[in-house]
Amino acid sequence: MSKKETIRTVIIDPITRLEGHGKIDIFLNDAGDVENAYFQVPELRGFEEFCRGRPVEELPRITPRICGVCPGAHHMASSKAVDAVFHVEPPPAAKKLRELFYCAHMIHSHIAHFYALAAPDFVLGPQADPAERNILGVVAKVGLEIGGEVIKHRAYAQDIQAMIGGKATHPVCGLPGGMSKPIDEDERKQIQEMAESTVEFAKFSLQLFNDVVLKNKEYVDIILGNIYTMQSYYMGLVDGNNKVNFYEGDIRVVDPEGKEFAKFKPADYLDHISEHVEPWTYLKFPYLKSIGWKGFVEGRDSGVFRVAPLARLNVADGMATPLAQEAYEAMYSTLGGKPVHATLVNHWARLVELMYAAERLLELSKDSEITSPEVRTIPTATPDEGVGVVEAPRGTLFHHYKTDPEGMVTDLNLIVATGNNHAAICMSIKKAAQGLIKQGKVSEGLLNMVEMAFRAYDPCLGCATHALPGQMPLVVQIRDKDGLPLQRIER
Amino acid sequence: MDKLKFAVYWAASCGGCDVAILDINEKILDVAQVADIVLWPIALDFKYKDVEALPDASVDVCLFNGAVRNSEQEHMARLLRAKSKVMVAFGSCACFGGIPSLANVSTRERIFQRVYQDTLSTTNPDTVFPQTTCPVPEGELELPEFYDTVRSLEQVIPVEYFVPGCPPPVDLICTALDAIATGQLPPVGSTIASEKILCDECERERSEEKTVRQFKRPWQIIPDREKCFLEQGIICAGPGTRGGCGARCMKANMPCRGCFGPPLGVRDQGAKLLAAMASLVDSEDPTEIAEIVGQIKDPLGTFYRFGLANSVLGRVKP
Repeated sequence: MSKKETIRTVIIDPITRLEGHGKIDIFLNDAGDVENAYFQVPELRGFEEFCRGRPVEELPRITPRICGVCPGAHHMASSKAVDAVFHVEPPPAAKKLRELFYCAHMIHSHIAHFYALAAPDFVLGPQADPAERNILGVVAKVGLEIGGEVIKHRAYAQDIQAMIGGKATHPVCGLPGGMSKPIDEDERKQIQEMAESTVEFAKFSLQLFNDVVLKNKEYVDIILGNIYTMQSYYMGLVDGNNKVNFYEGDIRVVDPEGKEFAKFKPADYLDHISEHVEPWTYLKFPYLKSIGWKGFVEGRDSGVFRVAPLARLNVADGMATPLAQEAYEAMYSTLGGKPVHATLVNHWARLVELMYAAERLLELSKDSEITSPEVRTIPTATPDEGVGVVEAPRGTLFHHYKTDPEGMVTDLNLIVATGNNHAAICMSIKKAAQGLIKQGKVSEGLLNMVEMAFRAYDPCLGCATHALPGQMPLVVQIRDKDGLPLQRIER
Repeated sequence: MDKLKFAVYWAASCGGCDVAILDINEKILDVAQVADIVLWPIALDFKYKDVEALPDASVDVCLFNGAVRNSEQEHMARLLRAKSKVMVAFGSCACFGGIPSLANVSTRERIFQRVYQDTLSTTNPDTVFPQTTCPVPEGELELPEFYDTVRSLEQVIPVEYFVPGCPPPVDLICTALDAIATGQLPPVGSTIASEKILCDECERERSEEKTVRQFKRPWQIIPDREKCFLEQGIICAGPGTRGGCGARCMKANMPCRGCFGPPLGVRDQGAKLLAAMASLVDSEDPTEIAEIVGQIKDPLGTFYRFGLANSVLGRVKP
């Protein structure tokens, strides 16, 4: 019998808690071990095509519909791109207001992800009963009061975005040259109070991670274990001092040893990044252009790179605020230095970033310029071309527009955060599946540990999940060569 | 009394409608008191087989967000229609096609060509495009079929109620949930929003005079925060858009783009808006009026921003 005829398939379909759905196919070989695994994104909407012909200043209001879970990231990348198209510099207060808005966006996303998606695996355990392994289970274990704090601080972050942007989901405040309106002193005070509270909440969250995860040897072994480790390049935005920045800066890439491989202006991204197409998924695969697409392989000879919280910390020399810097140093000293390749450490990195976002929010809320009414510069140059880049909660996000002299869009290119991680997610899933599924034995707890591999990336496919009780539902079919089910596992 | 059975589903959408449901915060616990959520892919357990196994009409209410863009979404829309007593088009994409239906200016072929070939960062020397069935060394992988044309939910299955908005605001979501929970549902076909136009709830001052000599783009001026956008020459979709949103964008000093769809009794939002723009021009000369209105850039993408699928046009001829 040929090898192909005996291959069996494990299909994890549909994966819920993924934006636009997702599907994992795991193929087993004759021995029942994992031959290969595919992570498919079965959805496409085609913004690159239908945004052509639109007035470019409308793109900050159109492109957030790419993702309703990180619309703030698309809105800001798009606002920066239209500044560049019109060659206009927003006034200092407008830039600060954008960054303040953006810190709130990060806070909303990171709180939701950590508490609803990541915490169930660690607070309750990766092999816990699925009926309890959700945010309700977390609340039951850590206390109702903490559940209330989680909801409260996520709601603060949404309120701040709505105050500035009109709506938290699909904000409207950014346009070429600045912001649609300033904030007043009352609003500033409210933001400052919410920021102060959020700094305390970030401290609490880091302490919780320390107590629940780091003090449990079993969890630390899982986090640092080989099946969740992958050597790759990393990419992220850094400021002038090479500190993590979400809103602006240069793009820095480090190699698997942590050495600087490239550092470039966002506008030069096409010299450094290209995208590969596979026929079995609607999402493309970005890679480092100077190395090339070498397939789904690890290491320094492969162009695969990673983005998102751990990548941002790996590329930076530190954090720009004191408590976040302390947390950053604690993380790397505990884990034995940089870079860290353990994918699950993304959860810790996310909390370090939550601290930075909260501290920076507080700084900006106390900035004497933040209530300045000067938040718009009227463009005067002829529009032509521009690139806008921000760090979305899930990684580096690129918007690139070209227009005619009237400012009507002629060409548009988008590389989204989860796209950057697409190859790495596929590889992490395969590696986890290979380590956990042996001789055809597939149990529910093991499958959850396969899912943990991609949950660490917080794929934007699944961003919104983060706020409600939920669990990853799975149906696993193991079939023989005729497609007849041999084993069915579901939860 | 038995608990109600709810289903929430998403199709061609961004997830923002699901986040809007989450934004009702602690009220979600009240919902859990009166209803069992049998399906909510973004947040809860979901198995196709379970939905298929449900008896017909056993789900009390299905909130369906997103437009219908591919074969899987159409399948789920039909399946959920059969299983649900009441189908609610939730959000602008399900109601009118939404921003995804701007893709109806193009075709599948041109979208694939653009995304997988022509985009600046794509390297695709062998012209590889995603396939509905794809052989791989270990077997075969499948993807849903991507359609040429995006449709609103009502263009695929019968729909009882509409909750518009991109995303729907929390107060309207609560209104809809209360109506469902208490069984006090409005007549079939109703839209859960205002019956009036947005201008009626917008607090900006209007002179009711024809004032426009030239339409301006939002980047060209810093608009007065108290005055009607249209009277400042900035295109605002208020006169052709249903109210009920709380004028959230106008309060942020940005004009409406029409996400609540056409007001009661209006079939085509874009046609209504074009007529409204013409009526604002400070001229009695039809030629001059046509000339000034003709200066509006991208009328299709502006006046049908959220509703190309449902418009009389439906799509641009390939």
